Amino acid sequence: MPFVTWLKRHLVVIAGLLTLAYLLLPNVIVTVFSFNKPKGRFNYEWQRFSTDAWKDPCGVADMCGSLSLSLQIAVWATVGATILGTMISFALVRYRFRARGAVNSLIFLPMAMPEVVMAASLLTLFLNMGAQLGFWTILIAHIMFCLSFVVTAVKARVMSMDPRLEEAARDLYAGPVQTFLRVTLPIAAPGIAAGALLSFALSFDDFIITNFNAGSTVTFPMFVWGSAQRGTPVQINVIGTAMFLIAVLFVLTSMVVSNRRNKQKA
Amino acid sequence: MSTLTEAPPPLAPAEPAKKPPRKRGRFTPYWLLLPGILWLIVFFALPMLYQASTSVQQGSLEEGYKVTWHFATYWDALSAYWPQFLRSVFYAAAATVLCLLLGYPLAYLIAFRAGRWRNLIMILVIAPFFTSFLIRTLAWKTILADNGVVVHTLNSLHVLDLTNWLGWTAGDRVLATPLAVVCGLTYNFLPFMILPLYTSLERIDGRLHEAAGDLYAKPWTTFRKVTFPLSMPGVVSGTLLTFIPAAGDYVNAELLGSTDTRMIGNVIQTQFLRILDYPTAAALSFILMAAILAMVTLYIRRSGTEDLV
Repeated sequence: MPFVTWLKRHLVVIAGLLTLAYLLLPNVIVTVFSFNKPKGRFNYEWQRFSTDAWKDPCGVADMCGSLSLSLQIAVWATVGATILGTMISFALVRYRFRARGAVNSLIFLPMAMPEVVMAASLLTLFLNMGAQLGFWTILIAHIMFCLSFVVTAVKARVMSMDPRLEEAARDLYAGPVQTFLRVTLPIAAPGIAAGALLSFALSFDDFIITNFNAGSTVTFPMFVWGSAQRGTPVQINVIGTAMFLIAVLFVLTSMVVSNRRNKQKA
Repeated sequence: MSTLTEAPPPLAPAEPAKKPPRKRGRFTPYWLLLPGILWLIVFFALPMLYQASTSVQQGSLEEGYKVTWHFATYWDALSAYWPQFLRSVFYAAAATVLCLLLGYPLAYLIAFRAGRWRNLIMILVIAPFFTSFLIRTLAWKTILADNGVVVHTLNSLHVLDLTNWLGWTAGDRVLATPLAVVCGLTYNFLPFMILPLYTSLERIDGRLHEAAGDLYAKPWTTFRKVTFPLSMPGVVSGTLLTFIPAAGDYVNAELLGSTDTRMIGNVIQTQFLRILDYPTAAALSFILMAAILAMVTLYIRRSGTEDLV
């Protein structure tokens, strides 16, 4: 029976593709329902095709404001976490110092802690200090949980770097600053970029920690959460679809560019 | 792109075998560490202490709270909310097992069978991340709707009869049942399983498979004796990366579940943000933290991959 043999050989491929379909199905639904014209306040049931939401993406009160707030927080959190995280990674890989174990666990623990625990404990700190919840408390929290991810990404890259390259630069009379800017930084750049991208994605999409520490400030995920109770405007799906398309385009372009560069080198 | 696929890291990379050389500038490492570590101490470690202290305080919002070492809060919290704790563990464990069963074939496919499609599939695995996870979770309301295709199909295949009998669903619907919550948890944390699995599978030398075949191992035996054991680091960090966030999650239970599917995260959130009973909320969160840390430590010891942390 050739079909059974074929099935046996390709079983893992079929199972894998089914999982991929499971992963992508919600994105398909989000996209399709961005063209919906729902009857009530909720956009869960298909009624009829319409491009109204796409023509007026900011037609919902407060939504685009929350989107721009989320973008601002994500940018600053990325800048903060990337700088602090890169500094830590260089110290960890390049130097010997006391309390290395303590530093390592301080970086590992935030990644091994349920978000709700970090969120709740940070809120008790802010409450005890009498801090005004809002933009700054959200930013502080985001830098905190992005830091560890930057450190792991940059550390992996710096560790695989040949220290002799820097020694060679020094032998060729480059000063410490020049060596860092023209040798060390360019080599570490892919790791730093990966850490920064990850920070941006984590911060932009964070809900649980923001939910606890935002006060009455509304980021985009907070807006979506609120609308799940009050009524989901179609514009949410428009934003979701647009974000998806922009990100995929960005990734594809960077792939094409790096492919071309590799070919040129060869 | 290659950098992005490397990004979600296995829990922590191994330390370098050699000790790094001592350099000039004795204080340089401390200056480099200072701002970041200070940030983590003040906004990660210190809050844990504040939380511990809040959990043994008594008082009210109006009059303020005082530390009275009132440990009974822990006992009261546990006896009131043990069902939610238990439920969180069950749901998270179910989601973790499902993620492993669903994620392994896909990670295997990307690592060994995808060929030139590898990068494309990798992008498709990460791509959902680019749409806010709350929007994607809401999409499951449409997929699992009472008069939707999925529920109809399951109903006509009599699958719902079985799940009703098991208590996973109720009254011919999937939404607002444990099945919907576990389905959402599995969906949301699946990439965290696939990426570490892929990283460890990709490192396996393909010649080992050939060697197993040359020694008359059937494909299944090769998988059981060679591939799977070598992918253990990925399995361990994948299960941790899935189980930990799933156990503390309250988004899926809130959006896809009902009052009967509330998890411990939901309780902590309501106590903190709506009921404003800070001592109880802090005690619950502290118990969750201790339980997770104990589990993680035990699991890492048991699975023998000490180099993970």
